[in-house]
Amino acid sequence: MTDLLDLLRSPWPWYVGGPLIGLTVPLLLWLGNRSFGISSNLRHACAILLPDAAKPGFFRYDWRAERWNLTFAAGLILGGTLAGLLLANPEPTRLSAAGTASVQALGVQVQPGLLPAALTDLSNPGVWLLLGLSGLLVGFGTRYGGGCTSGHAITGLSTLQAPSLIATVSFFAGGILSANLLLPVLMRAVQ
Amino acid sequence: MSAPTNDRIPGVHATPGSGARATTGLPVYLLMGLYFGVVLVKSEAASWYRIQEMFRFEAFHMYGLIGSAILTGMLTTWLLRRSGARSLDGQTITVAPKERGWVRYVLGGATFGVGWGLAGVCPGPIFTLLGSGAASMLVVLGFALLGTYLYGAVRHRLPH
Repeated sequence: MTDLLDLLRSPWPWYVGGPLIGLTVPLLLWLGNRSFGISSNLRHACAILLPDAAKPGFFRYDWRAERWNLTFAAGLILGGTLAGLLLANPEPTRLSAAGTASVQALGVQVQPGLLPAALTDLSNPGVWLLLGLSGLLVGFGTRYGGGCTSGHAITGLSTLQAPSLIATVSFFAGGILSANLLLPVLMRAVQ
Repeated sequence: MSAPTNDRIPGVHATPGSGARATTGLPVYLLMGLYFGVVLVKSEAASWYRIQEMFRFEAFHMYGLIGSAILTGMLTTWLLRRSGARSLDGQTITVAPKERGWVRYVLGGATFGVGWGLAGVCPGPIFTLLGSGAASMLVVLGFALLGTYLYGAVRHRLPH
C-alpha cells in the first residue's frame, strides 16, 4: 500500500507524460469532433463576463456552443486538486544541475511543489508585478497568435499545420528571451 | 443579458449544427479535463522550475515531453482519420485549418512566449495550479482575462 502511494506520488518521466498529453487530440476529436485548445476559454470567459454595452465585436458570438471547452477547463481545476493536493510529489523537482544553479542564481530555492514560494507571496508587490505582467502577456498573446501550447504546439503540429509551426517557434523565441533576459531583472523586484 | 448572436466563427465554433447534435455529454469533457490536469501535474509540465530549465536549454525533460506528445498526437490523429472513423455523435472527423498568414503568429506567439517565461505557466497550468491551491494563480488568471479583453478591443489596429 505504501509502495503504491509512493508510486502515485512520484513524478512521471517524459516518455509517459508526453504520449498521454498527445492522446488528448484524437480523444477529443473522437468524442465530439472537438479541436483541443485551452486559451479559447479566456475568450469565452470575457464573452460571458462583459456587459453587452462594453463588449467589443470580438466577444459577440454564441459562447454556449463552446460549453464543452469551459467544462474541460473546470476539469483542469479538479485535476489540479486531485494530483496537486492528494498525489503531490513530496520531493523537490529533480532539475538538472545546471537548472538548479540557474534558479538559485535567480534567488529561488528548489523546494517541493510546482511553484517557488517566491512567486506565491501576494503580500509582495514585486510578485504582483511579475504575475500580472505574465498573465497580461499570456492573455493578449494567445488571442493575437490564435492559440497557446495546446492549440498550436500540440494540436496544430499534430495535424501538420504550418501556421502552428510559426506560432510554436515564436513561443520559444519569446520564452527564451524572457527567461534569460527579462526574468532576472524582474526577480530583483521580487526580492 | 441579451441573446447571443448565432454567428459561427471559424476556429472558434465547430462545424455548423455540432452543438445541437452533440451526444457526448459535458461530464465526459469534465473527465477529459481532469485527466489532462493530472497529466500536467504528474509530468511536471505545470512546474515553473521545469519551464525555466527548458527555456535555458538545461535539460531534455520538457523537450521530450512536448516532442513525444506531438509525435503521439500526429500518429494517433492520422490513424483515426485514416480509418474513416466518425466521432461518437456521428460526425465526420474534421480539423479546422488555422488561418493563413504569419504576422499574427510571430507577434502574438512571441508575446505569449514572453509571458510564459515569466510565471512559467501557459493557459492549462493556470487552471490546474489554481486547483492545486496556488491562490497566486488568480492574479495570473485575472490579468490574462484583461489581456484577452485588450486584444479584443484593439485587434482592428494590429497587423495580422
